[in-house]
Amino acid sequence: MRTLKFLLQKEFRQIFRNKNILRMMFMVPVIQLIILPQAANYTIKNINIAVVDLDRSSYSSKLVNKVLSSGYFKLAEFSHTYKEAYHLIENDKADIVIEIPQGFEHNLEREGNQKISLSVDAINGVKASVGSAYLTRIIQDFNGQIRLDWVQPSMMNQMPTIDVASSNWYNPNLSYYLFMVPGILVLLVTMIGGNMTAQNIVIEKESGTIEQINVTPVKKYQFILGKLIPFWLLGVIIFTLGLTIARVVYGIIPLGSIALLYLFVSVYLIAIMGFGLLISTYSETPMQANSLIFFFLQIFNMMGGLYTPIDSMPAWARVITDVIPISYFIKVMRMIVIKGSHFHDIIPHILIVLLMGVILNTWAIINYRKTT
Amino acid sequence: MSAITLNNITKTYNKGTVLAVDDISFSVEKGELFGLIGPDGAGKSSIFRILTTLLIPDKGTASVVGFDVVKDFQKIRGIVGYMPGRFSLYQDLTVEENLNFFATVFGTTVKENYDQIKDIYIMLEPFKDRRAGKLSGGMKQKLALCCALIHKPEVLFLDEPTTGVDVVSRKEFWEMLARLKAQGITIMVSTSYMDEASLCDRIALMIGGKILSLDTPAKIIEAYPEKLYAIKSPNMHKLLRDMRTNDEILTCYASGEYIHLSFKNTTKENEGSLKKFLEEKGETDLVFKETIPTVEDCFIRLLGHTDGNSN
Repeated sequence: MRTLKFLLQKEFRQIFRNKNILRMMFMVPVIQLIILPQAANYTIKNINIAVVDLDRSSYSSKLVNKVLSSGYFKLAEFSHTYKEAYHLIENDKADIVIEIPQGFEHNLEREGNQKISLSVDAINGVKASVGSAYLTRIIQDFNGQIRLDWVQPSMMNQMPTIDVASSNWYNPNLSYYLFMVPGILVLLVTMIGGNMTAQNIVIEKESGTIEQINVTPVKKYQFILGKLIPFWLLGVIIFTLGLTIARVVYGIIPLGSIALLYLFVSVYLIAIMGFGLLISTYSETPMQANSLIFFFLQIFNMMGGLYTPIDSMPAWARVITDVIPISYFIKVMRMIVIKGSHFHDIIPHILIVLLMGVILNTWAIINYRKTT
Repeated sequence: MSAITLNNITKTYNKGTVLAVDDISFSVEKGELFGLIGPDGAGKSSIFRILTTLLIPDKGTASVVGFDVVKDFQKIRGIVGYMPGRFSLYQDLTVEENLNFFATVFGTTVKENYDQIKDIYIMLEPFKDRRAGKLSGGMKQKLALCCALIHKPEVLFLDEPTTGVDVVSRKEFWEMLARLKAQGITIMVSTSYMDEASLCDRIALMIGGKILSLDTPAKIIEAYPEKLYAIKSPNMHKLLRDMRTNDEILTCYASGEYIHLSFKNTTKENEGSLKKFLEEKGETDLVFKETIPTVEDCFIRLLGHTDGNSN
């Protein structure tokens, strides 16, 4: 115990003397949490639209006005021909072309139906599908309006329609921040917990100090605990800092228990630090550790369910998300913060992450023994 | 009981492809200052790392103060001091913090063992609040020695302690070692500086993982079979080239300001015939004298021997 105390004392002294670690601890969470959620926003705006109105009737101009006043679209140009408008897509000046054919109003009134052509630049798939969905909604809306103008209310009974009213649970305003900020905080805790642990041990390896420690009576477990405890504490501090930013900047107040969040982050940090420890046993230089961490963080980033829902991934990808600890933390974080889940809801998640922690740490310690 | 014993120690790296230590056996007596002398790559550091329990030998057994380096490694770690070839203290901690840290991990305090390090620490004291990374080479090495001594070790392992240190600091360092030896500490030191070899009680000349010769420096010198001469002239380069064409000469090599040489057959005519030979080659102002071999001469002779064998 006494030895551990001295190891910790030394470790904290080094941490507080290292300006880079302090900078990483405070600057990274602040910058990431304030800037990233604003930039990584799914709400698609500013879709450039080129309008080819060959009809130039009152209906067509009504439709065009409705589209442009929706707020999602920005007029690229009124073109005279489809060819001209297509040119705009080619030059990346327009994302969607809406073509209203000649005789639009006429056909609509006489024949009761009319076709409109939409051409979408699908290079950015999300923008394309969301954009055309918005546009379709607006046109349907427009359609409903003109039907209301023509059809007598008394006849409504003969044409039953289904009116859909949906309400959004847990995130009624569909706030993107409420969804994203807790997730980014998880990524941050992962990055700092895993990376700092790995780096710190590899630096001791490289500078030879680990060798000097190895010839002292300090036991392996003492040395490893002396490394894990400080970074575990740093992880908790960063998590707290992140929660504060979420509250102050985004007004996100966890619906569930804060104590439960801390319980989970405590267990999670053990797992992710075990991961960092494991990486450090496989690396000889900080550069090697860095490359390995970078590789895994990319996977965590894309497959942890932060940006894209895990349920829509292919089956093999879901297997990967099952074995990476970050996906559980993101899930639990959203459950507690947004949904207000209770302890019994997250028991399976805690147990799995705890198991991962045991496996990763044991693996790391076994491997650490082998290499020295 | 010997302080250190090695029995048929063999160590290979890279899955057996690189032979670092080749079947070495020797022992070091208690209170002895023992030197491992040899060029880089001779296997000196590997022996140190095996004896300090950092490395497990492939074959053979070794013990330090009676404890086996594999079985009783924990016991050895408490009673030896190790100073690796590379400075490996915490560069971001100050002199005092490093010293305190290493004292505490050995379960002692600086105060308790102050007398052990006093002589050395006095020189470090003015810099005690400076970070270890910012010290000069000589100071770093003194600090490393202090940290290795802070727990009153019975055996001290110093791996190339004077490499990259200036001449004055090197001299000081060996004086410190002499004082430590006087306190009864067994010291094993390695060096690639031949002039330091004569300061050890016994030395082992090592090359390619093997010990070529092991004895006191005096006996090793005594055992030098040929008579050794020193010669110099204003144009040393030409002199050396000319001498290499003489077939009566066994070896000749530059050593300091002289060229050391020995003859195949030591006779009285050697000097005269060599001088004549050189004067014919146009050498002038020759200084020729008999000289006492140094450890370096012995080493070079042994080196030539192994080269001859391998050819």
